[in-house]
Amino acid sequence: MTTAERQLLSGDDAVALAALHAGVRLGTGYPGTPSTEILETFDRLGGRAQWSPNEKVALEVALGVAFAGARTLVTMKHVGLNVAADPLFTATYTDVEGGLVIVSADDPGMASSQNEQDNRHYSRAAAIPTLEPIDSQQAYDFTFLAFEISERWKIPVLLRITTRVCHSKTIVEPRAPVSDLADPSFERKIPTRVMIPAYAKPAHHRLRAKLAEIAAWNEAEGPIRLDVGNAELGVISTGICAVHAREAAPEASHLTLGMTYPLPMERIRAFAEGVERLLVIDEGDPVLVDALRAAGIAAEGKPEMYRFGELDVARVRRILVGDTSPEPVPPKGKPPELCQGCAHREVFQALGELGCIVSGDIGCYTLGVLPPFSAMDTCVCMGASIGVGLGLRHVLPEDQARRVVSVIGDSTFVHSGLTGIAEMVYNPPATGHLVMILDNGTTAMTGLQEHPGTGRLLDHSTTNKLSFEGIARAMGVQNVQVVETTDKSVSLKDVIAELLAKPETSLLITRQPCVLAAPKIRFYDKAAAESARGQTCSADIAD
Amino acid sequence: MEKVKNIVIAGLGGQGVLTASDMLAEAAFRAGFDVKKSELHGMSQRGGSVSSDVRYGEQVLSPMVPAGEADVLLVLEATQIEINRPMLRTGGVLIDPGLLPEGALKNKKSLNVALLGAVSTVLDIPQEHWMAAIYANLAEKLHKVNDQAFALGREAALKGSIARHH
Ligand SMILES: Cc1ncc(C[n+]2csc(CCOP(=O)(O)OP(=O)(O)O)c2C)c(N)n1
Ligand code: SF4
Repeated sequence: MTTAERQLLSGDDAVALAALHAGVRLGTGYPGTPSTEILETFDRLGGRAQWSPNEKVALEVALGVAFAGARTLVTMKHVGLNVAADPLFTATYTDVEGGLVIVSADDPGMASSQNEQDNRHYSRAAAIPTLEPIDSQQAYDFTFLAFEISERWKIPVLLRITTRVCHSKTIVEPRAPVSDLADPSFERKIPTRVMIPAYAKPAHHRLRAKLAEIAAWNEAEGPIRLDVGNAELGVISTGICAVHAREAAPEASHLTLGMTYPLPMERIRAFAEGVERLLVIDEGDPVLVDALRAAGIAAEGKPEMYRFGELDVARVRRILVGDTSPEPVPPKGKPPELCQGCAHREVFQALGELGCIVSGDIGCYTLGVLPPFSAMDTCVCMGASIGVGLGLRHVLPEDQARRVVSVIGDSTFVHSGLTGIAEMVYNPPATGHLVMILDNGTTAMTGLQEHPGTGRLLDHSTTNKLSFEGIARAMGVQNVQVVETTDKSVSLKDVIAELLAKPETSLLITRQPCVLAAPKIRFYDKAAAESARGQTCSADIAD
Repeated sequence: MEKVKNIVIAGLGGQGVLTASDMLAEAAFRAGFDVKKSELHGMSQRGGSVSSDVRYGEQVLSPMVPAGEADVLLVLEATQIEINRPMLRTGGVLIDPGLLPEGALKNKKSLNVALLGAVSTVLDIPQEHWMAAIYANLAEKLHKVNDQAFALGREAALKGSIARHH
């Protein structure tokens, strides 16, 4: 795509283009549907982007960039913000110099997630100004606006987008790129960046003062759209729901809020006074309607059944007439399955045959829970396989405890498995434990991203590579073994059975590239070898 | 205001559903319409059901086609017809691989483009925008085979009768 003209873009690509045009110096993040494409596109357009091992680290790196005075964008899926919550809650106390924009891509309806948490709760809890775009144009515009707000009030800003906005394409009219940003440089500002109680106490007061000013700005000139229709029905909506609502009730009055924290309560109150029935239409939890009620505005929310799943025009029509009868169940499509030739298949085959209790994790391999394998017993969040597996081992009767195995993917291991290994070494169960890393050389689930264990950067060029077996040995795991699953002289099942028989701590790494990634990895390796040869030559000449 | 045109494209992961909807959206965009295209592609790589909505007209609001309001349903895989049929409006058009003469398609990978050729006979988008949109979404070496596929689908649709949903 060229970058200047009017174009059809997904919400993710629109955020990436805006980041480029807004002068972002460094984009960080961790992959997660539906946010992954933002950094990939930003990189493709010529921006500087990096995957971090997880979302917490991504936000911390970004905070450093912002303290240095440069603009930075951090991207993640909704559950990623849980991982990044610790830095988030105190980052809002600090004064950022360069704009810091955090993109949280929520997934109402769970198209590809383990829950449908509503991250607008974080807005209030962490006191972070929040913008919610309707479509790609707003995703583009709000990214710019988020940087302006962030720098004007020296505060991180949350851009909360949802799956439908991320993955729908609508027309975007870009603006002229900014060109007058100052170069990063360090200035010592201890009281606004060192959050010890002596500095954090006044910082908290400053944060509340900033929010009051931002609320006043939102009232006066915030991104609010008013469509005056008849006075019988007034609809307040945010995000994608605003277009569903305008389509479902074209004759009603509509107030569409772009910044949903802090809210423009007086604008809302004035709108409420002008209509007979006031209805709030948004996806997820009743965050908005609760806030209005707390401010003494009598608003009607959606019936409880519409908290679940995405909204669409048909569901909004039902909400408008208060229809709570059972909804038609959409016909079931074909479920996804592990690719033919996927190495994960062999692992779950073996675990099933051995009657293992499998503490699972998140990735392609979670599909091991479905038939024909049905070989996974728990799956909660990234990294949980190790802790949950240890917990099971600690209390189950010995004959069951011995069969517990934790199974984790390579990207997930780097994301949040390292501390699980520390726990295993520190508090080993009496029966020992077995952790398996299914190393397929990529983050397959989210579309084949690199991570610190692949030895390649976001743009697939070469970098340092973590050694899982080296880490495990250094941490003191008693048995560390690697099985290349293509090597047919080794029986994976026998290796697992042997390790399970020992009352010791074990890490078994199964290694075989993901079928979809393998040709790409060969291509990157070849390119790296060629460029290395090129470098030696030029070095020779320089000598 | 002119009525918005609603098209749903469905199939299995890896069949080119999303590419087809990109091409259609791009063609409508080039023809000067307001366009919105929507899709869910979380696990689509792993061979599951995939579908994508395209809406175009003077002004499009929601990017999703409401059930029972699709003017055109394009299905790339016979097993996916029934689960998507509820999307069609009465009088809407179903286009599926059964429309193509057996064995006529040289390269199975261009099934999506062949069926877009059939779709082009029932939509008001000029042919030149179709071709530009298809080229924009494919590597150059694939242009010729897809030219042929598009023409094949278009001809089959013009000759045969397209099923209307009652
Ligand atoms: C906190 C958090 N961040 C991101 C995700 C999205 N996500 C799910 S699994 C996964 C990683 C999968 O990679 P890997 O562990 O290597 O397994 P593979 O899919 O390659 O089998 C990611 C990024 C998530 N579920 N939770
Ligand atoms: S994408 Fe890769 S890891 Fe995922 S199922 Fe297919 S082969 Fe396995």
